[in-house]
Amino acid sequence: MSNNRPLEISSLSKSFETPTGPITVVKDFNVRVQPGEFVALLGHSGCGKSTVLSIVAGLQSATLGGIVVDGIEVTEPGLERAFVFQSPSLLPWLSAIENVFLSASQAKPKLPAAQQKELATKYLNLVGVGEYANELPTALSQGTQQRVAIARALAQEPRFLLLDEPFGMLDSLTRFELQDLVLDLWEKDRKTVIMVTHDIDEALYLCDRIILMTDGPEATVGLDLKVPIPRPRHRHQATSHPEYQRLRDRIIGFLESHSKQFQPEKEAA
Amino acid sequence: MKKTLVSILLSLVGIVLVLGLWSAISAKIAPDLPSPSKTWEDSALYVTKPWEKRGEMDQGIGLMTAYSLLRVAKGFALALLIGTPLGFLLGSSPLFFRMFDPTIQILRPISPLAWLPLGLILFRQSEPAALFTIALCSMWPTVVNTMQGVRAIPQDYHNVAKVLRLSPWRKFTKIMLPATLPFMFSGYRLSLGIAWLVIVAAEMLTGTPGVGGFLWQEYNSLIYSHILLCILTIGIVGFFLDRLMGFAEARLRAV
Repeated sequence: MSNNRPLEISSLSKSFETPTGPITVVKDFNVRVQPGEFVALLGHSGCGKSTVLSIVAGLQSATLGGIVVDGIEVTEPGLERAFVFQSPSLLPWLSAIENVFLSASQAKPKLPAAQQKELATKYLNLVGVGEYANELPTALSQGTQQRVAIARALAQEPRFLLLDEPFGMLDSLTRFELQDLVLDLWEKDRKTVIMVTHDIDEALYLCDRIILMTDGPEATVGLDLKVPIPRPRHRHQATSHPEYQRLRDRIIGFLESHSKQFQPEKEAA
Repeated sequence: MKKTLVSILLSLVGIVLVLGLWSAISAKIAPDLPSPSKTWEDSALYVTKPWEKRGEMDQGIGLMTAYSLLRVAKGFALALLIGTPLGFLLGSSPLFFRMFDPTIQILRPISPLAWLPLGLILFRQSEPAALFTIALCSMWPTVVNTMQGVRAIPQDYHNVAKVLRLSPWRKFTKIMLPATLPFMFSGYRLSLGIAWLVIVAAEMLTGTPGVGGFLWQEYNSLIYSHILLCILTIGIVGFFLDRLMGFAEARLRAV
């Protein structure tokens, strides 16, 4: 299962056709993500970070360049890359367990249904919502729904976890709980994680490395920062670490210096 | 509880008022229009013995209604069988939509009275011509609603299907169909309403036994009371059909 080759985002460019001509959202974007690394893509809203992530997921295609996994270029979604959307995106006509089961059965099609069901139960329990297994998503809180969505992603038993502002729609207490959950889960098996966020504290608390993106159009890697805070991390220990404040100031400085070129905020694509 | 009682009472008051107006019109303005009591006198045999068959076009109102309902059921089933897949195709393929939407917009407003002669030419028999007409007139709401339902599927669900690598069939059964079902049923409800409207026209023109055929025959036999009997029957049956579909639709929306 383990593989020591990095996931490469290589010379990635993405253009969209608009009535006034093509717009290049991301240009010449290069990042190598090491196995087991927890990486954040951080930048202003609309800078194209979600676009990069959805190209990594295979949901959109690159205009130039591409994504290399295990030395092979990937252009389509694959079960080894699981995706957690900003909104939970659970299928509302399926119960929590059925949503997770759908993913388990896709990832392990040869397993008997009973074992696929066990797998689904396992991951639902792992994210702490086993008691809601038979509830429909509409009966669950946003935080619980997002936990189910994380269980659905984990049930794929992926090597790469792609998180697209996964806590963006949650209130701050729930967001803290889910950040701790993701951190705990990551400590267990150290999957490769790429997370898009615009929350600086979230990135510092969770990640090994923060990629700051310059503002679009033609966004690219602006800064590539290591977060040398020791693991396992705890919120208080992490925030009081001297590096935390230093990095935070540096990131804010970067974002401020780049927001001048940026016109009124557009919502992320 | 009290509220429903009041609304039942109010609707009864409404019915009494309309009956009064009807009596007044037949007494003062239109002497050819049978009064409510005359209508009942002439129709009592058909209503009290609804399942009696005295002749091809002289049968109890229950039997006549059953013939019509059976015909509507067949035509409606045909409409759904054609309309639902067509709606899915139009909703999921922009190419298909651009190709066929103009044609559909032109076919949609055509009256059953226009389709029926064509059906008679094509099938040379009244029964298949009637079904053809019912299906062709009533399928459009099903087509349009199913199409809109497919279009309304959030992009997130499409992305989930991609990320989980669902096969086209699994995507259809797990996502497309359940997401579209409430829209489909709104379409089915409207389609059934139209099918029931069309049945009268179809039976009048083909002279087949059923409420519509009976209505037309009694007009030709100058038994005007029976026309009113048929009109009332059509209205009441239509009301219950709509309620039935509304009930099914509400059950789906609740999910």
